[in-house]
Amino acid sequence: MDVSLSVRRFNPDASRPEPYFQEYGIQVEKSATVLDALIKIREEVDGTLTLRCSCRSAICGSCAMRVNGQAALACNTKVVDAVEQAGGSVVVEPAGNLEVIKDLVVDFQPFWGKVRDVEPWLQTAGPEPEQEYIAPNEDMLHLAGVMSCIMCGACVSDCTVLEVDPNFLGPAALAKAYRFVGDPRDDANAGRLSNLNEYGGVWDCTRCMQCVEACPKGVDPMGRIMALRDRAMEAGFTNSHGARHAEAFTESVEHSGRVDELRLPIKSKGGIFNVPEMLKLVPVGLRAQMKGKRPPIIHRKNPGQHNVRRIFEKVEDKR
Amino acid sequence: MYDHDVLVIGAGLAGMRAALTARENGVDVAVVTKVHPVRSHSNAAQGGINAALTDRGDAWEDHAFDTIKGSDYLADQDAVEVMCREAGNEVIAMEHMGVIFNRDEDGRLGTRAFGGQRQARTFFVADFTGQALLHVLYEQVMKAGVRVYEEWFVLSLIVRDGECGGAVLMDIRTGGIHVVRAKAVIVATGGLGRVFEPSTNALICTGDGMALTYRAGAPLMDMEMVQYHPTTLAGSGVLITEGARGEGAHLLNAEGERFMERYAPNMMELASRDVVSRSEQTEIDEGRGVNGGVLLDCRHLGEKTIRERLSQILEIARDFAGVDIFTQPIPIRPGMHYQMGGVKTDVDGLTPLAGLYAAGEAACVSVHGGNRLGANSLLDTLVFGRRSGQHASDRAKSTAYLDVDDSAAGSDRQQVRDMLEHDDGGDTFASIRRDLGEAMNRHLAVFRSQAGMEEALAILGELKERYSRVRVADKGKTFNTNLIFTLELGFMLDCAETIIMGALERRESRGAHTRTDMPERDDETWLKHIVIAKGPEAPSVEYQPITITQWEPQARSY
Repeated sequence: MDVSLSVRRFNPDASRPEPYFQEYGIQVEKSATVLDALIKIREEVDGTLTLRCSCRSAICGSCAMRVNGQAALACNTKVVDAVEQAGGSVVVEPAGNLEVIKDLVVDFQPFWGKVRDVEPWLQTAGPEPEQEYIAPNEDMLHLAGVMSCIMCGACVSDCTVLEVDPNFLGPAALAKAYRFVGDPRDDANAGRLSNLNEYGGVWDCTRCMQCVEACPKGVDPMGRIMALRDRAMEAGFTNSHGARHAEAFTESVEHSGRVDELRLPIKSKGGIFNVPEMLKLVPVGLRAQMKGKRPPIIHRKNPGQHNVRRIFEKVEDKR
Repeated sequence: MYDHDVLVIGAGLAGMRAALTARENGVDVAVVTKVHPVRSHSNAAQGGINAALTDRGDAWEDHAFDTIKGSDYLADQDAVEVMCREAGNEVIAMEHMGVIFNRDEDGRLGTRAFGGQRQARTFFVADFTGQALLHVLYEQVMKAGVRVYEEWFVLSLIVRDGECGGAVLMDIRTGGIHVVRAKAVIVATGGLGRVFEPSTNALICTGDGMALTYRAGAPLMDMEMVQYHPTTLAGSGVLITEGARGEGAHLLNAEGERFMERYAPNMMELASRDVVSRSEQTEIDEGRGVNGGVLLDCRHLGEKTIRERLSQILEIARDFAGVDIFTQPIPIRPGMHYQMGGVKTDVDGLTPLAGLYAAGEAACVSVHGGNRLGANSLLDTLVFGRRSGQHASDRAKSTAYLDVDDSAAGSDRQQVRDMLEHDDGGDTFASIRRDLGEAMNRHLAVFRSQAGMEEALAILGELKERYSRVRVADKGKTFNTNLIFTLELGFMLDCAETIIMGALERRESRGAHTRTDMPERDDETWLKHIVIAKGPEAPSVEYQPITITQWEPQARSY
């Protein structure tokens, strides 16, 4: 079948390097993937088109890029589907949130730097057993879901937090961190969770779900980040903005059936006596006042509050 | 110019295992890889890693015998003994490093059955064992702070007076060409699958290390022994793990018959790979195939087994063949998968050139002989990766750098410049490579003949001539993959030549090398290795006796 691809290109060796889109029309088999199409262009139409790819079977993680605006592995995205989605020319762009080196090749150094920051290696205390560590198969199968991460960067490409805050560790590094926190053999959880509780860590995720959508291996990075939050709070790491926010939020909903929007930021920031943080809230409060969005001083209970309470009790029972 | 005690080329399992061992041994080590380490093709190993653990009632001798029988008695038995003895320690070491491995009910490492073996001794992580091992080794490389030249390409090895003293490298990102001096160099570049089209191998498997070593003067051995895997997707050639048959999947022909009954009545689908691939090809050739393939049936395995142990196959069949394995059989056919031959080494990875080592698929120790057993390749990479890392770092401690300076890169710089400047309308790498791959797959596949192999040799001559005028389309400096592919093709042509020469030389059928015109194994004449070295004019062929320790060759049936 005839397809056309609109590929975002960038040649750093050009006299004035500027990104631009180039249109390619080619013929491919119905079963072809976007990668097959790109390889065909590279081999038969334009030898300067540059991309990373290797295994062609979604295991090496080389070919993450944006297809029609969403991160995907080119090798497991069918051209037919991409054409249908685009309603015309398939738009192929480099992965987001990482600097472009050339055409579809992006710089992974910051990505790996963040992975290294979570100290992604097993840390055990005490002498190693002579044979293997004994561990329940269910725990290992659970971890296999994270271990199947191929570090392709699709989640990082589409992470909405990284777009505005490059300091965020990001979904791939945090999922990797979970792989060790969840490992019964690892003995460094206290240190790991403490570090992950810092600025840029687990509390900076906004739960937008983009990483879950983008992941080609079903790793569910956001779910792992949420699991890390739970682990951190269970381990007593409650003295962070995010943890206090979560606690204040829960407490407010449990007791009144709705969020107390006035006290939530105060509690999250460590209480009324944390003067420097409180002063930072003043301009926010003034702006809200001027736009007529100041939350009421007196927080009223939701009339159905007892029903909300019952939900809480049910959840507690289930734990 | 850079200096490192030990330079490892390739960052798959063998390369990273070698680097970590050398580092532990207290020397300065660097790894150079043309892709990021976790993109390496060790990723693709799905099924598992073999080890006979005595506390499971298994014995390394049994593993060794299965390996030797699987090799059609071409493996060197001393090397096989080393590998099988050390297997248990390697698996446990990987577990200690962090590999999760599937467990049994007691929380100990679980095993599955694999082809050509009488015991279930394959340890595994679902069906992405290679990926699980590779990522854990990379974690250890990060932890140890080993220097990695990531996305650097090796142009040549530096040899002076029969001694290897480094390599000439190109930084793909900048196009800059640099000399790295080293007291020992370990070639761990993996296989050469792309010499064949199609192949299960990743696009990066272009035989670089084998060709680099061959050009540097160290010989290649058993290159005619090319494994065709019995289960690759009929359309795209993507691998379907032997683990599927290990878990009980059946092979069916067009009549719905489990045809392996007629070829290997005892082991059935779990006979060794050469046997199963030949059986499939016979079914196809005799008209009992389905669209040029046969069928792999997983339907009776049940949802739990498939989801817990074959999850990737579920995805692969769905994404790459549009097949739901719960309800449909998968169309498969034999596909080029693995090179048993490679750089001739001893059990410490040492080649005949001082200071030059090889390990993993790039090497031929030889433990696989004429046919490798499934799940022995991961084991090979770790055992001989570690041993070569140990030996190379020991050497580095007592050796000085060769007297080499930046001028060692002179001829490589010139060659690259010529390639980029040359522009009088020759073919591009892509058309030459396609013709090479198709010729190899037509004439050096499951069944071979004198006439076919001679034709392949003639085609190769034409391809080499076309390559001498090859045109590089991209003239840029930054990330010029077009140039890299062109350089790789040069390596592939060298590898192809040794495969065809070895195959023409071996006038018998053994292991994966099956000749329709000489169908019998001939121990009297051919129980020996074929060793090919680069000569000034043409390659030279020599023989090397095989080492037999305790298992005399027998007739082989499964």
